[in-house]
Order: sequence, then C-alpha cells, then structure tokens
Amino acid sequence: MRSTPTHPEVVVAGLRKRYGTTLALDGMSFTVRPGLVTGFIGPNGAGKSTTMRVVLGLDAVDEGTALVGGTPYRDLRNPLSHVGSLLDASAPHPARSARDHLLWLAHSQGLGASRVDQVVERVGLTSAARRKAGGYSLGMRQRLGIAAALLGDPPIILLDEPFNGMDPEGIIWMRGFLRSLAEQGRAVLVSSHLMSEVQDTADHLVVVGRGKVVADAGVADLIAAASGNRVAVRTAARPEAMALLSHAGATVAASGRDTVTVSGLTADHVVTLLNRGAIPFSEVFAHRATLEEAYLELTRDAVEFRATSPEEVSR
Amino acid sequence: MTPRGWDGFPRLLHAEWTKFRTVRGWTLGVVTAALMVVLVAVLAGVSSDQRDRPVVPIGPDGGPVTDSFYFVHRPLTRDGSITVSVSALTSSIPTSPGNLRRDTVPWAKAGLIIKDGTRQGSPYAAIMVTGGHGVRMQDDYVNDTADPSGESPRWLRLDRSGNAVTGSTSTDGTRWNTVGTVHVEGLGSTVQGGLFVASPPSVQGMGTDVTVSTADFEDLDTRSGWHGRDWTGDQVGPESAGFAGYPVGTSGSVTESDGRFTVTGAGDIAPAVRYSLPTGGTLKDILTGTFAALIAVIVIGALFITTEYRGRLIHVTLAASPRRGRVLLAKAVVLGSVTAAAGVVGATIALPLGERLARANGVYIFPATTSTQLRIVLGTAALLATASILALAVGAVVRRSAGAVTAVVVALVLPHLLIANPFTPSGLSDWLARVTPAAAFSVQQTLVRYDQVSSVYTPYNGYYPLAPWAGYAVLAGYAVLGLAVAVVVLRRRDA
Repeated sequence: MRSTPTHPEVVVAGLRKRYGTTLALDGMSFTVRPGLVTGFIGPNGAGKSTTMRVVLGLDAVDEGTALVGGTPYRDLRNPLSHVGSLLDASAPHPARSARDHLLWLAHSQGLGASRVDQVVERVGLTSAARRKAGGYSLGMRQRLGIAAALLGDPPIILLDEPFNGMDPEGIIWMRGFLRSLAEQGRAVLVSSHLMSEVQDTADHLVVVGRGKVVADAGVADLIAAASGNRVAVRTAARPEAMALLSHAGATVAASGRDTVTVSGLTADHVVTLLNRGAIPFSEVFAHRATLEEAYLELTRDAVEFRATSPEEVSR
Repeated sequence: MTPRGWDGFPRLLHAEWTKFRTVRGWTLGVVTAALMVVLVAVLAGVSSDQRDRPVVPIGPDGGPVTDSFYFVHRPLTRDGSITVSVSALTSSIPTSPGNLRRDTVPWAKAGLIIKDGTRQGSPYAAIMVTGGHGVRMQDDYVNDTADPSGESPRWLRLDRSGNAVTGSTSTDGTRWNTVGTVHVEGLGSTVQGGLFVASPPSVQGMGTDVTVSTADFEDLDTRSGWHGRDWTGDQVGPESAGFAGYPVGTSGSVTESDGRFTVTGAGDIAPAVRYSLPTGGTLKDILTGTFAALIAVIVIGALFITTEYRGRLIHVTLAASPRRGRVLLAKAVVLGSVTAAAGVVGATIALPLGERLARANGVYIFPATTSTQLRIVLGTAALLATASILALAVGAVVRRSAGAVTAVVVALVLPHLLIANPFTPSGLSDWLARVTPAAAFSVQQTLVRYDQVSSVYTPYNGYYPLAPWAGYAVLAGYAVLGLAVAVVVLRRRDA
C-alpha cells in the first residue's frame, strides 16, 4: 500500500500501447533514479507524454508495467505525497485563481491553506496568486503547475515540457530549481523535445523515438559515444586533403568550408599522411560532438543505443 | 483485492466543494436559479388580477366545490325519511346553439338529497341514479359510494337520524338494501330535503360541453319531521341559466301531475377540478420559475465536469484522486447539495410570497395541506438537484459542454414544454409525463383527480399521470443510470 520512501524510483518496463493503427508506445523501458535530473528527450510524438500519463495511471497500456516506488500509481493513497506531476500547463480552470486551484488540490490530499501559501512562494507566484489563472502567461502557468507538483512534498517529480513558454529568466530559474530538487534527493523526470533545454541541467538522459528508448545514458557517456573516434582537420587545401585521406582508407566528410571530419584513422596517422603528402593544415584535433548532434543523430535513425555497450556504436 | 475504506471520501468532497465555490459563475448561477423561482412567483402574483371574479364555493373540508343543480325541496326538522322511485333519466348535449342531441352523460344525477340549506358548499348527503355509473350515495362533495347490490334499483330512500343519514335502494319498494350510513357534520336541526337533478359538463376531446338532464320521479313519500306540503323548485348556485351551466335555450324546472314530478337540471354537486374552476391557480403555477432554474442547474451540472476536459484539468483531478468512480460521486454529492439548497430556498420563499400576492389580487389558489407544501418544496429541490446530476453524468460521458446541455435539455426541458402546451394531444402528454425525465414535475402537483368527476385530466391542467414521488423516481432512475454509465466509461477510458 505505502510506497517505501527509501526507493523513490520510477520503473517503466516494456510499455506498449496502440491507438488505432498508430503504435504510440513500443516497448518503452527506463528507470528514473533519486537524486538525479533525468531528461526525457525525443521529438514530438515520440511517446513522452503518453508514457507520463501511463505512469500517473491516467492512460492504460496494452502491455508492460509502470511502478512508482514499487507500486502502481492507482494504488497510492494521497498520491501527491508520493509523486508530483505537471502534464498540462493549461489545466487550471481559467476562472479560478491560482491559489484556489492549489487549495482544492490541497484539500483532496488532506492538506491545508498554509501549505498552498508555501508552494506559491516557492515558485514565486505570491503576488499573482489571487488573480484568475485565465489571465496568466504560459510561463506563469508553468510555475503554477510546478507549485501543484510540489504540494505534497513528493520524492518523485514528473514534469512534461515545463520549459514551454518560459522567458529566458524563467528558463534559468527552472534549471536551478530542478537541480535543487535533485540535490534534495528527489527523482526528477523532465521531458522536452529540445535538447538545449535540458543539456545543462540533466544528469541522465533517456532519449526516445517512435515509442521506445533509443538511448539511456549519462550526459558525458552520450557525448563520448556520439563523438566516436573521429578526427577533425582544418586545412586551406580541403579537396586535396580529402582525396589523400580517403585514398589511405579513411571515411572522410567535409564538415565546414575549411574543415574535414575523418574516421578510421588516428590523429597521429592523419598528421603523418598530410605531412608526407605536403598538404598544408593549420589544426588537427579530436572531434567532440555536441549533445544536440548526438540527439539528432539518435532520433533520426532511431538506432538502438546503450551506454553499457559502447562497442555497438563504434562500428 | 480487499475493498478499501471510504475514509478518503470526505477529502474528495472537500476538494470538489472548493472547486465548485471558487468559480464565481457557478455560485452566481445557483443563486440565480433560486432567484428565478422567487422572481417568477412574484411576477405571477403581482400581474394577476381577478378581484371581480365570483366567489368560489368552499365545501366542508375547505376545498373548492361545484354546487349547482336543480333542487325541489321542503324543510325537514330533525329526524325523518324520504322515498321516491326514479322512472326515467335522459340527458342531452347541444350540437349547435338551440339544438340538442340525446346522449349519455355518465355522471348525470337524479335522486334524493338532504342538505343544510341552499347555500353553495353547505354539507349534504344524497342518493342518486346516474347516467352511467349505477346508483351512488354521495356526501360532502368528495365522498362517493357505489350501491353494492349489483341490481339496477329504481327506488331510493334517505333516512335522517341526527347527523347520520342512511341511503337505501330497492327494486320493488318493499325489500330495501342499505348502501351506507354517513355522518354529515354541520347539518342544522332544520335542513332542506327533496329531489334533485344535476348534469355535469361532458368531456369532448380536449374540452367539455354543457349538458342538461331530465328525470321523472314517482311515489314520493315523506315520513315525520317534514314541514308543509308544497315543494319549492330552486336553482342552487348562479341564478342565470347560462352561468349555472345550462345549454342555450334550456333552464332548470319542475312540473307535477298526478304525483309524478318531472325535474330538469344542469351543473354538478362535486369537488371542483381545474376545468370547472379555470381561473383557479395552483402552487405549481406559482413555481413556474422552476423551469428557468432547471436550465441554469443543467448548465452548471454539465460544466462542472466538461470544463475539466477543456483544459485537461481532469488529469490533475485524477492524478490527485485515482479512484475515478468516487471522484464522480463526490462531484454529484456537491452539485446535488448545492442545487437542492437553491431549490429549498427558492421554493420556500416563492410559495408563500407568490400565494399571498396572488390572493391579494383576488386569485383563487387551490388549497394544499402543510405536508403537501413541504412535499412541493422538497420535491422542487430534488428535481433541480437530480436534473443537474443527470447533466453531470451526461457531461462525463460526452465530455463536451454543448453536447451535454443539449442532450439533457432535449430529455427534460423539451418534454416539459410539450406537456405545458395546451395543444399537445393528451395521449402524448400523458406518455411524456410517464416515461421522460419531465415526469418529475409531478412533485409540484396539488390537484386531485376524482373518479366521480369526468374532466380533462391532463398534465397541462395540473394532473400528472404518476403520483408525485413516482414521477420523481422516473427522473432519479435516469440520473442513477446516467451516473452508472459515466462511472463505467470514466474508469475504462484513458483520461
């Protein structure tokens, strides 16, 4: 009945769900661990929101299980003290004030108005709390949704696209806020369709495409894996360099006006070959992919990718 | 799985109550619903004006009566008896002004009556031959007993002993069967007794036609207590034949030759019904504003759930309270309580206020006992509450405000409009008032249907085919069914 607070984890295993002919979830599996911000990344339609609704017991699945702290969500008593969530920023009734929205939610969990005032202050909405939610900007609604998620002081927090509609100041606030939640030992899952929103915040990334996980790794591992053993060369004689290096058996691609990316050769070997061919170059360096590149590549190809088996990637 | 307790339900109620009261439009809507009931009652009372209407005769029990017939009478002091044989009773209905057609008028009456004077509404007891219902003994307008002998006697007798009057019948004038003994409160020591003929209007389709009847009496015999010898023929009730209910060209009369009395009369001695007292108002008329309140609570009931789907608030609600059936139940309890309170407040203010204003303007209001008034107040509250819960259930299923409101209005308001339309065929309006949720309007009815009075008993006239709480049960059945379907759908569907 009661979830054990020592295991504030979300475990999603083999979720499968079909809407008519569309396969929304196709074996979605991952774990959200305490003390970390887990970024839940994928293009629109990849199944992020559906997964979150399944975790919260709102949508049923054809196959698979989703447990929070070892328990199906629907069996939780006072669920908001176990899991806080933000699914739709536009949920609050437009004619109800932010404070009243939080008040009924508090009453549903046996909480009082003082807790409402605490979370309102925590998200910085105190001055606007008695205004109708219908007049809120999207960014303010996101803050209101965060306040609702915090109401029961839960060890697990799920946020669906919380950065949507936030101004730069709000985004900075949100990043710091998510970090502080994780530092308090909470398990935090944040979905986004933009890698840039979470790359500096998340400790761990679950990348999804077409209803399944395509990468489940720490941020550093993901970047290293996506970078591969590639070498970049800056040269004024790009065509000559490309011809020479491909002749030596490397896979070569022009990556800029005066840069070439080479795989299949070490940096030392590249320098030796260029010197021997008398081709001028100004720089040879190990290529380091951005997280954005890694993400685009992963979600474009929907390649199965796991940090635990890096040999699979470096074909 | 062991069933879990309902200890979380009060929290759910608290949450839904907070939800309800924090949307100002909904609280205003409920207050408006109560005000509508009061406002329409006040308008109805203020705008009516019947100060010049004739006085409505009131019977011994305080109810309105029809008391208009031809009376051939003599005074009787204390005890005495009277015997007669009725040899013929014929009735006619006009086909056009001045032309009469012989026809059967089932409740045409010819017989003996002992009555406390000729004042309308005074106590009486009578025994009579009728046009189509055999021999009956009746007293004080509302009481009616059929002759149990099963024969078709021609001889009638009344015996008075103090306040007790016994009616008897005979086929030959020698062997007598007792029909019954009634105790007529308020009979003076000297009363008027004798022959009478009445001929009530005959129901023709959606209306009634006046009728006139003539009876032949023979072998009239009186024993002890009777004064004088001469019989006086009088019209009880309005003196003008037209107002007394006679067809054009006819009037009440009595002729005697060789001990044979031929008496012609019209009208009736019976409790008043809506059709015989068309200017009378009912408490249901005063509560016409219920209709407007109903639309308000239907809209509120639907919005209470459909707005949760507009912005996906339902996700927040169901994440906070995953037991979906209970969420809907909590909504129903909150909504039902609030709208019932509006109904109680509105009807409690509207009834006495509207009644007083209407009476001050000379309108006769059909009386209702305190318990009937209580039933109307509680029934109106239950009607509003249950209708809004039905709208909630439909809203939960269709998830669209417009669709839910339209569906409930079509199911409840439309039949009520058809019932309230005088041109709707009575068969259709009776059917609508039995099977549609509009049957619940029967909780407001005060009028009573009498078997011994043929009239137009349609819902439009205030006579619903189902008893008050039976009619309400029809609506409640729809609401319970709707709620059950909504719970099943809500549980099975993705939120």
